[in-house]
Amino acid sequence: MSNATTANHDDHHDHHPTGLARWLFTTNHKEIGTLYLVFSLIMFLVGGAMALVIRAELFAPGLQLVNPEFFNQMTTMHALVMIFGAVMPAFVGLANWMIPMMIGGPDMALPRMNNWSFWILPFAFTILLSTLFMPSGAPASGWTLYPPLSLQGGNSLAFVILSIHLMGISSIMGAINVIATILNMRAPGMTLLRMPLFVWTWLITAFLLIAVMPVLAGAVTMLLTDRFFGTSFFDAAGGGDPVLYQHIFWFFGHPEVYILILPAFGIISEIIPTFSRKRLFGYTAMVYATATIAFLSFTVWAHHMFTVGMPLGAQLFFMYATMVIAVPTGVKIFNWISTMWRGSMTFETPMLFALGFLVMFTIGGLSGLMLAIVPADYQYHDSYFVVAHFHYVLVTGAVFAIMAGVYYWLPKWTGHMYDEKLGKIHFWWSTISVNVLFFPQHYLGLAGMPRRIPDYAIQFTEFNMISSIGGFAFGFAQLLFAYIVWKCVRGGAPATAQVWEGARGLEWTVPSPAPLHTFDTPPKVDDSVTAHKDELS
Amino acid sequence: MKRTNELIVALAVLAVVTVITWGLFAVGDNMPRGVTPFSKDVYHLHNTVLGIVTVIGILVFTAMFTSVVVHRKSKGYEPAKFTHSTKAEITWTTIPILILIVIAIPATSVLIDMEDTGGAEMNVKITGYQWLWKYDYIEDGISFYSALDRDSNRARQIGSGINPRDVDNYLLEVDNRLVLPTNTRIRFLLTADDVIHSWWVPELGWKRDAIPGMINEAWTYIEEEGVYRGQCAELCGKDHGFMPIVVEAVSPEEYRRWVEAQGGEVAMEPEEHPGFVGRDRASGSDEQPEESAETINIAVLEQG
Ligand SMILES: [Cu+2]
Ligand SMILES: [Cu+2]
Repeated sequence: MSNATTANHDDHHDHHPTGLARWLFTTNHKEIGTLYLVFSLIMFLVGGAMALVIRAELFAPGLQLVNPEFFNQMTTMHALVMIFGAVMPAFVGLANWMIPMMIGGPDMALPRMNNWSFWILPFAFTILLSTLFMPSGAPASGWTLYPPLSLQGGNSLAFVILSIHLMGISSIMGAINVIATILNMRAPGMTLLRMPLFVWTWLITAFLLIAVMPVLAGAVTMLLTDRFFGTSFFDAAGGGDPVLYQHIFWFFGHPEVYILILPAFGIISEIIPTFSRKRLFGYTAMVYATATIAFLSFTVWAHHMFTVGMPLGAQLFFMYATMVIAVPTGVKIFNWISTMWRGSMTFETPMLFALGFLVMFTIGGLSGLMLAIVPADYQYHDSYFVVAHFHYVLVTGAVFAIMAGVYYWLPKWTGHMYDEKLGKIHFWWSTISVNVLFFPQHYLGLAGMPRRIPDYAIQFTEFNMISSIGGFAFGFAQLLFAYIVWKCVRGGAPATAQVWEGARGLEWTVPSPAPLHTFDTPPKVDDSVTAHKDELS
Repeated sequence: MKRTNELIVALAVLAVVTVITWGLFAVGDNMPRGVTPFSKDVYHLHNTVLGIVTVIGILVFTAMFTSVVVHRKSKGYEPAKFTHSTKAEITWTTIPILILIVIAIPATSVLIDMEDTGGAEMNVKITGYQWLWKYDYIEDGISFYSALDRDSNRARQIGSGINPRDVDNYLLEVDNRLVLPTNTRIRFLLTADDVIHSWWVPELGWKRDAIPGMINEAWTYIEEEGVYRGQCAELCGKDHGFMPIVVEAVSPEEYRRWVEAQGGEVAMEPEEHPGFVGRDRASGSDEQPEESAETINIAVLEQG
C-alpha cells in the first residue's frame, strides 16, 4: 500500500470555497466529520455545564442556588443535550471521518445529504436551547417527556418536539448514508467479514437508528396533538393511556441505548488490538455478538417500566430477555481481554481510555444485570442506583470510548501527535474524578434517594458532597481535553502514516494528515492490510 | 518461566482487586433489609446477585490487570498470534447462561409472591396529587391527606435561613402519617389524580407507580412496629422532591384504638389542607378528585 493510491485528483475538486462558505457547503466526508466532532464537543461542554448546576445544587441539603422548577429543566436538558447533541453526533463524526477510509472508499455515498444532515443539527439545538429563555421555560418533565406531566408545560413543548423531529431527521439521514456507504463504497477485496469492527458496529447501529427514530417521532407527535390539538392518546379521561406512551417511548429508548454504545464497542475493538500488537480475538464472534445485542435490544424495552404494574407474564418475559443480553455482552468483554492476553502492550492515551472503558463499562454492565432482576428493581428503579448505572455505561462507556477514538485518530486527522503527557494527565484526572462522581451514587440509591430531586434528607449529605466534588473535577478535566485537541490541531510532532506501531487497516496506509480526498482509486485489499481476519475462513 | 510469572501476578492482582472491592463495600450503604417478608426476600436476592456480579467483576479485572502487568512491550513480551479458541468461547458463553439461570430461579419465585395480591385483610387506597398523598382506609372509612410537614417546608425555601440539619427528619416527615397495623396482610390500591407518582418506602421493599386513570395493586405485611419513611419516586413536577411518605406501623390493638379516635372524619379538599404546598400548575384541574375516588372505592369493594 502506498501513497500512489491516495493521490489527489485535483482536476475535479479544486473549486473549493474558503472561509465560512467552505464549511457551509462542504460535501467532503472529512470536513463534515470535523463539523460533527466540533459540534459535539460544544454540546458536551454545554450539557456538562448543566450537570454542574445540578451537582452544585445537590452539594448540600436545602435549596441554595436554583428553584425546583429550574432544577428539573436542568436535568431534562442535560440529558437531551448529552444524548442527542454530544454522544450521537460524536459517533456520526467519527463515522464520517473513518468509515470511507477504513473501507477504501473515496467519500460517503451521499455527500450532499451528508452536508444537510449535519447542518440541521445547529438549528435543532438552537431551537431546543432557546426554550430556556421562553416564558414557560425549558421542558422540565425529564428527557423521557412522560405524559401527563410533560403536557402540563407551556408552549415551549412544541419547540422541543420540533427540535426532536429535526434531530431524528438528521439521524435517519446519517444512518442511510452510513448504510449506503458501507454496502456500496467498499474497495475490491474488502468483503463484509474483512471490515473493521468499527464499520460493522456502525452498520448495525445505522439499522437500529432507522428502525427506532420514527418510533420516537411518533411518540412525540402524539404528545404534540394531545397538548395542542385536543387528542387524548395518553389521557385516561379521554380514553387514552399514559402507560402507552412509556411503551412506545422505550421501544425507541432501549435500542437507543445500544445506538449510544455499539459504535463505542467498535472503537474499543480497533484500539485494543493496535496497542496489544495482536489481532482482535474472535472477530467473527464479535460481529455476531453485536448483531445479537442489536436484535435483543428490541425485546427488552419494558425493563424501564417494571413499576408501572404489568402482568406477571410480561414482567417475567422482560426480565429473562434482559438477562440474556448479558451473554453476548460478556462475549465482547472476554474477547477484548483475550486480545490483550499475551500481547505486547503499550499504554498510550487511547489505550488508557480503552482500558478505562473496559473496567468501568463492566461495572455498568454488571449493575445493569442487577437492574434486570424485577423484584430488586422495585427498589432500584428511579433511585440514584439507576443514575449511577447509566452514567457508568454512558460516560465511562460511550464518552470514554469517544475520547479514546479521538486520541487514536487525532494524529491521522491533524498530522500532529497530541501532547502525550497532557493526554495521560487528562486520562488519570478524568478516571479518578468520574469514579468519585458516580460510584457513591450507587450507595445513595440503595439508601433510598430518588433521582430527579433538587433537595434531599440529611442522611444523603456525605455521598452527595463527594459526588459533587467529583463532578466539578471531572467537568474541568474536559476543558483540558478541549485544550489538548486545540493544541494538536495547531501543531505538534509530525505523525507518520501508520502513527501507531501496531496499527493495521487501510486508514493507516494514507499519509497523516489524511489528504482531503483519499482512495479516489480503490486500493487492493487482502488479509495483509486489514486490521482483522475472519479466522473461520 | 512466563507461566509462573502470570500466576504469581494473577494472585497478587486478585488480592489487590479483592481488597479494593471490600473497601468499596465497607464504606458504602447497602439496601435496607426492611420489615416485611417481601423486603427481606428482595434484600437476600439483591445480596445474592450483588455477590455473584462482584465475583464476576473480580475475576474479569484480575485477568485484565494480570495481562496489563505481564504482557507489556516494555518487558520485552513478544505478542502471541492466536485469534481464536473454540473451547474458550464455548466456555464463556455457557457459564454465564448457567449463572443467569441460577439467578432467574429465585427472582421468579419472589416476583410471583409479590404479584399475588389476594387474601388481603384490609385495603388502603393511595392517591397521588401534586404534591401530597391521600390515603383512604376502605374498610374503616378513614380518609386523609398527607403532606410535607411545616418545619421541613419552611426550611426548604431558598433563603429560608433555616439549616436543614436543625429540622427533625428534614424532608422525610409528614403532617398525617399513614398508620398501619403490624402482622396484617394489607392490600394497597394506587392511583393518581393529576400526573404519575410513585409510592416508595424502602423498608417495605417496593415502589409502585400511581397513575391517573389506572389502579395498581401491591401488598405488604409489616412484621415490626416502627416508623418507616419514603418519598415519591416518579418525577411529578416542581415539588416532586417534597412529597414524603411516612408509615407508622403499630400493633393491631393500637391500630383499632387509632381508628376509633378518628371518629369517622371525612377528608377535606386538598386546597383546604393546612399542609398543602400549592397547586399552581399552568392548566389547573377543576375536576373533583373526590368523584373519581368514590367510583374507584365502589369498584374495589365490588371486586372484593
Ligand atoms: Cu433498556
Ligand atoms: Cu414525584
